[in-house]
Amino acid sequence: MVGTKGKKTLVTSFVCLALLLVLVIILENTLKPTNMLFTVLKKGAVYALVVVSMNVLNGFTGLFSLGQSGFMLLGAYTYAIFTIPVADRENIYYLYNGAALNFSFPDMFASIFGEGYAATFFGVILALIAAGIVAAFVAFLIGLPVLRLKSDYLAIATLGFGEIIRAIFQWNALGKVTNGANALKSFPTFSDFNITNADGEVILRLSTFFPFLIAGACIVVICMLINSSYGRAFKAIRENEIAAEAMGINLAHHKRLSFMISSFFAGVGGALFAMFATQAQAKTFTSSMTYEILLIMVIGGIGSISGSCIGTFLYVACSEWWLRFLDSQVVFTSVGAPSRVIFLAVFAIVVVGGAVLLIRHEMKTKKRKWAMALLAAVAAALMVWWIMFVATGNLILPLAKNGFRMVVFSIVIMIIVLFFRRGIMGDKELTDVAIALSRKMKAKKAAKTGEVAK
Amino acid sequence: MQYIVSLFISGISLGGQYALIAIGYTMVYGILRLINFAHGDVFMVAGLIMIYMSTVLPLPVTMVLVLILTAVLGFLIERVAYAPLRQYPRMSSMISAIGVSYLLQNAATYITGGLPQMYPSLPFLSNTVTIFGTSTKYVTIVTPILVIILVVALTQLINHTKIGMAMRAVSKDFETSQLMGIKINSVISMTFVIGSFLAAIGSMLYFTNYSSIVPLSGAMPGLKAFVAAVFGGIGSVPGAVIGAFIIGIVESLVKGSDFSVFSDAFTFALLIVILVVKPTGLFGEKTTDKV
Repeated sequence: MVGTKGKKTLVTSFVCLALLLVLVIILENTLKPTNMLFTVLKKGAVYALVVVSMNVLNGFTGLFSLGQSGFMLLGAYTYAIFTIPVADRENIYYLYNGAALNFSFPDMFASIFGEGYAATFFGVILALIAAGIVAAFVAFLIGLPVLRLKSDYLAIATLGFGEIIRAIFQWNALGKVTNGANALKSFPTFSDFNITNADGEVILRLSTFFPFLIAGACIVVICMLINSSYGRAFKAIRENEIAAEAMGINLAHHKRLSFMISSFFAGVGGALFAMFATQAQAKTFTSSMTYEILLIMVIGGIGSISGSCIGTFLYVACSEWWLRFLDSQVVFTSVGAPSRVIFLAVFAIVVVGGAVLLIRHEMKTKKRKWAMALLAAVAAALMVWWIMFVATGNLILPLAKNGFRMVVFSIVIMIIVLFFRRGIMGDKELTDVAIALSRKMKAKKAAKTGEVAK
Repeated sequence: MQYIVSLFISGISLGGQYALIAIGYTMVYGILRLINFAHGDVFMVAGLIMIYMSTVLPLPVTMVLVLILTAVLGFLIERVAYAPLRQYPRMSSMISAIGVSYLLQNAATYITGGLPQMYPSLPFLSNTVTIFGTSTKYVTIVTPILVIILVVALTQLINHTKIGMAMRAVSKDFETSQLMGIKINSVISMTFVIGSFLAAIGSMLYFTNYSSIVPLSGAMPGLKAFVAAVFGGIGSVPGAVIGAFIIGIVESLVKGSDFSVFSDAFTFALLIVILVVKPTGLFGEKTTDKV
């Protein structure tokens, strides 16, 4: 019974994923390629993979690690080192008189199949796998001492590991491999996957499809892992280490495995990030990046893969696209300008809806009168400003200048952390929600037919 | 030789500044078992408050106000971001701490416009002096002395006053001390106020040496001070101070050698080694996990 239902949801999930991929291809080939949507989709796909990889460790195994940016760095550099065309190396490593390693996967495949799409494709795939393997191997080494630590000590040790890795990759003595503090570039990026004809014109755009394909495949593998006996062991460790050990789960082995799996996919994610950014440079992989990933995971829900994906796309869309306007002074050209109407409507909905949600939450939990009064006052003040804004036709949005977007963002994150600790999905998956919904519908239907029969 | 001496002197001074931040970490950890990731950013904000207020107010007044405002900031952060999460798993507070750190950094970027801000030169501290044949600022000499005075005062407070006794009780056993009638909220608030106050003093000394502030200037000193607190045995104030001096001196020596790229990484390598070899640090108490 459970088996058939599980199979059914699995099939449905696969169909949904395939439809999503087809939709991406269609969108990409109908809309203008400079549309912001594609930046969001590409970055979202890359980040989704990294967030899910962090969730494997933090959400499913309960090991609080902050080393994600370090593993991404390893992945990005491994990918870059193995894919930069040999011909370009002299140029890129000019400060160090050429590279130590004069070998690249795409070139290797080019010598087998000849230059072309296939060589790039297989070379890139192989390099992505190599990126994951290097990250996982380093995770194995780091895990030997570090995984013996508990909760916050583990967090701080992995954070330290990220900093150490960054310093090593910027070290001049390794310049022939890592190019010191300079960026590695001119490796194949997403736009190399657009299919072109002989004249160099693009026939079929696949530059957004490619990250979706890779990230999607990786996330499917992670899902299958989580639902396997290994995944159940991870969850047991998360719930109670001592009880898990008593049930015969080898703690050290499973923790190491989880750490390596998480790092493998973080490495692949890092390589994809390098492709997205069209360069790999150690200074981009800071601890702030790890914090960002962690906060996205919290928004989506710790312990939910679909939550992580939804959270990532929302976060990336807001930060790269929808909230961009907060970063420059907004002057609406006329009172009835559509952007102004949209802004005012969204603002009112967010303020009123947020206040109502928060006050209801407070009423249910602590019933602190001062907190409710404060919330109501803040919401009222914002709405008074809103009415003034509407009434006077004041066309300049106050406060908006460079950096305001991130302030708004961090305030939203703090509200989520403090009041909606479960995030968007909690530890549920989309499939769980769908099943619960269909059950409810069935129950309703049954009740109705029952009534009719009466 | 003179070079080594000058490195040593600047290391001691740097260590003193880390010590003042580390005390805040170690006290908060001792009581709440929480790594207050926002502490380094509070330190940075103290610097920014100094910059913005000194343009309108005379310096001595500003210095006093900076101390008070930073303490208030520490108090508010605890009340708003940590207190509501106390009943939930420890990870929630830690995520909240990271969130606060993110918020403070972004707010600082917004206010400063992301441009480095110049720290005002404080009277006396910024003047130059020559010791052992190397010229340096007065702050280098003042720092260790001030640190020692403050630490002695703090240990007196912890060991011989009522609130100090309450702090020790809370750090030993959170729940039992509550049952014994200790007002836990005021004890925790006090801890944050003291920690932020010391961080504000630390920021005055630190930014007299490194005179420009960017929104990220708090993150690295904060993390290093945390490493110092772990090194000395987290929860122990004298341990944190000694750890901070050691880390300051080591960092200064590494910076002066051929491996200066590794000055940050070295601190973290030290951290990992300590955590693996002796997780309780130099002066930490041994605790055992119970089922």
